[in-house]
Amino acid sequence: MREKISIIENIMSANDRLAEENRILLDQAGVFAINIMASPGAGKTMFILKTLEALDGRLRMGVIEGDIATSIDTEKAIAAGMPAVQINTGGDCHLDAVMVSNALKALPLNELDVVIIENVGNLVCPASFALGTHINVLIASIPEGDDKPYKYPGIYRGIQALVINKIDLLPYVQFKMDYFSEGVNILNPGLVTFPVSAMTGEGMHNWVNWLVNQVKG
Amino acid sequence: MHELAVTQSILDISLRHAQKANARQIVMIHLVIGKLSSIVDDSVQFYWDTIAQGTIAEGAILQFERIAAEMTCLNCGFIFEPSDVTFACPNCMSHTVKITKGDEMRLESIEID
Repeated sequence: MREKISIIENIMSANDRLAEENRILLDQAGVFAINIMASPGAGKTMFILKTLEALDGRLRMGVIEGDIATSIDTEKAIAAGMPAVQINTGGDCHLDAVMVSNALKALPLNELDVVIIENVGNLVCPASFALGTHINVLIASIPEGDDKPYKYPGIYRGIQALVINKIDLLPYVQFKMDYFSEGVNILNPGLVTFPVSAMTGEGMHNWVNWLVNQVKG
Repeated sequence: MHELAVTQSILDISLRHAQKANARQIVMIHLVIGKLSSIVDDSVQFYWDTIAQGTIAEGAILQFERIAAEMTCLNCGFIFEPSDVTFACPNCMSHTVKITKGDEMRLESIEID
């Protein structure tokens, strides 16, 4: 006998549940976690290293590096003096809550104030997978172009802060800040935004002061 | 590109509900997918044909109900489908708009034998 069963369940519900467990683990350890997303080459790793530098010891920071392959980013983080764990997704285009759960167990959470999770470079897939972090941050970079909010609306909608990196390149590329900001504002009204150059250090102090307030406030 | 994880989740949810209902076979799965959720139907189908093998969901038909993106103008109330290059309201040109449809990613129902 053919029978129809009504389900009405979010397809991502299993991941969402595990993300909640990650959040509980983080809260119990008193650790504030950040999911950093961006396209490849937006400057995620350098931004994280410069964040550590600008923090100047105000927060104890660890990182989880997500990449399809290699441990280049983790080696950089360890060289900078941070506890770091590498996740190689083996081809997956995003991190998910299970991968992060395993990585969190490998970090000395009780000795940390903040954990930055560097997601796989991609503007599509990471937006669908909650990790259990307290905030999601997107790094947009000037050379990517000003149309990205229109092309990748999903990722702009699920973030609590936006970093616009490589502003030192503004004189050399066509990037209409008004057009970019208009798209962002529709997708995520009132989003806190930090124009920075991780390379020159411009704007990094605004970001870091905000971060310290989020963690300790 | 993340359709494998999504497809696995569809299979897990379907099997859980089918087992609860003592089903012998899952015949049809009804999915509601919004245009903004970045899911490619063909990819889900491709993975499905592989991962459902050997389960009671093998051979089940995946039925995709596609929901178009929809914006509502908070200024004049006009409802429209956003264009690729601007989100402004085509009626009053306001930029105070809100996405009201297109995020859906639901497993609505299954049909079992």
